[in-house]
Amino acid sequence: MKLVTAIIKPFKLDDVREALLEIGIQGITVSEVKGFGRQKGHTELYRGAEYVVDFLPKVKMEVAVAEDVVDKVVETIRNSAATGKIGDGKIFVSPVEQVVRIRTGETGPNAL
Amino acid sequence: MNTHPRYRRLAAGLGVLLTPGLALADEAAINGADTAWILTSTALVLFMTLPGLALFYGGLVRGKNVLSVLMQCFVIAGLASILWLALGYSLAFDEGNAFVGGLSKAFFAGIGENTVSGTIPESLFALFQMTFAIITPALIIGGYAERTRFSAVVLFSCLWLLAVYAPITHWVWGGGWLNQMGLLDFAGGTVVHITAGVAALVAAIVIGPRRGFPDSAMMPHNMTMVVSGAGMLWVGWFGFNGGSALAANGDAAMAMLVTHISAAAGAMTWMFIEWMKFNKPTVLGTVTGMVAGLGTITPASGYVGPAGALVIGILAGLVCFNATMFIKRKLKIDDSLDVFPVHGVGGILGTFLAGIFASTQLGLFSGQGFADGIDSISAQVAVQVTGIVAVFVYTAVISWGLLKLVDRLVGLRITAEEETEGLDISAHEERGYDLH
Repeated sequence: MKLVTAIIKPFKLDDVREALLEIGIQGITVSEVKGFGRQKGHTELYRGAEYVVDFLPKVKMEVAVAEDVVDKVVETIRNSAATGKIGDGKIFVSPVEQVVRIRTGETGPNAL
Repeated sequence: MNTHPRYRRLAAGLGVLLTPGLALADEAAINGADTAWILTSTALVLFMTLPGLALFYGGLVRGKNVLSVLMQCFVIAGLASILWLALGYSLAFDEGNAFVGGLSKAFFAGIGENTVSGTIPESLFALFQMTFAIITPALIIGGYAERTRFSAVVLFSCLWLLAVYAPITHWVWGGGWLNQMGLLDFAGGTVVHITAGVAALVAAIVIGPRRGFPDSAMMPHNMTMVVSGAGMLWVGWFGFNGGSALAANGDAAMAMLVTHISAAAGAMTWMFIEWMKFNKPTVLGTVTGMVAGLGTITPASGYVGPAGALVIGILAGLVCFNATMFIKRKLKIDDSLDVFPVHGVGGILGTFLAGIFASTQLGLFSGQGFADGIDSISAQVAVQVTGIVAVFVYTAVISWGLLKLVDRLVGLRITAEEETEGLDISAHEERGYDLH
């Protein structure tokens, strides 16, 4: 099992969510974060001084998936989140040791 | 607020009415229209503090400090009111000597429903003045925002009201030495704006800058609050200057008109300067220009004409803009919300210009005339400058002394950790926003 974490542009959230639903992914967790990579911030003017606001709002999506669909999920996220412009984001894949469904106590791939 | 000449005439008029049938005479002297207008103005001026200034200042600070500003405005409103009742009004408006009033009006002694001041009840006059006594220490908040201990704010504001505001009010409006000299300060250029501006500057210097100033951006957290508050200030100022005529008459109307013109001119001037200098007109600049225009016209509002007010408003935008850049960028003094360059410099400029534009010899730009016994621009300006310097120096020295005293007693500044955490949590254990 793997945890796929994607940092994407906020306005792309709906596109990615729909694309994941279409390939059968049933649940995701979304949080609002801020950050920067190579996309610089914008400037804001305050009393005549320009300040660079480095942290840009982003959305972080996390979805736990079975090993056999990881590549498909990564591909789907990438296609639906991309705009071609700097700041599109990144996808990270990390291993997951255990998954438990709280309601029933199921574990492992059955709990995904 | 009346200057000496009008005050004298009204007092003389009342003297004639003071016959043994005192109660009847008092009721006859109260003018319903005047009273109605000043009742309204009083509400407008209180509205300028609550919530006008509270929102204006609140939006300008960082989110973690929004409650601290709102709290300070409310607390100053509460404390200043009680102090004004107990001592302030008497020290300002009781006879006393040339420098301070006596104590015979402490707790408004002798003021009943039928007691008259001019053509309005004295209780109303005292209340109207109370709203000025509230907003002046509240203005100073902007100089020490985001880093000052709450107990220090409370203690300093109380002491300052009695040691600076009340005496200076007496000098200028209560029959004191500047009043007698013929200083033209219709609604508080010296009494309110210079005092608050200078105190804020001194506080900013004594307390020191916020952590991170001037390199990190400390942007306003809610510009919608700032603009809403600014709108309330514009409207409320109609009561501040218009009400200072203490009558529902042509003087009040003209004062309101010139106030409005100066506000508009100040706002547009600042906006255009930013547009030309930085390529972008900002909302903050526009509303600040408005405040500059309003503060600058305040001392002149009872003495100048509409065309004069236009010039005053434009100059306010120009001068206060440059003063702000100078204090913030050149001198790097952290007068966080620009109280000195806007109110202080505006008050100084307006008090000075009142001496010029009161003249009846300026054609279209004429005003309503100088103080009694003064008949030239140079003579009036000399008095204006005397007033400016005296108020500036007295305020600076006493404010400095009070700050040092308060520092000894309770400590002026919060700790670095508290400053990073934010005053809302560290001083009040509350959140301004609990959004999900």
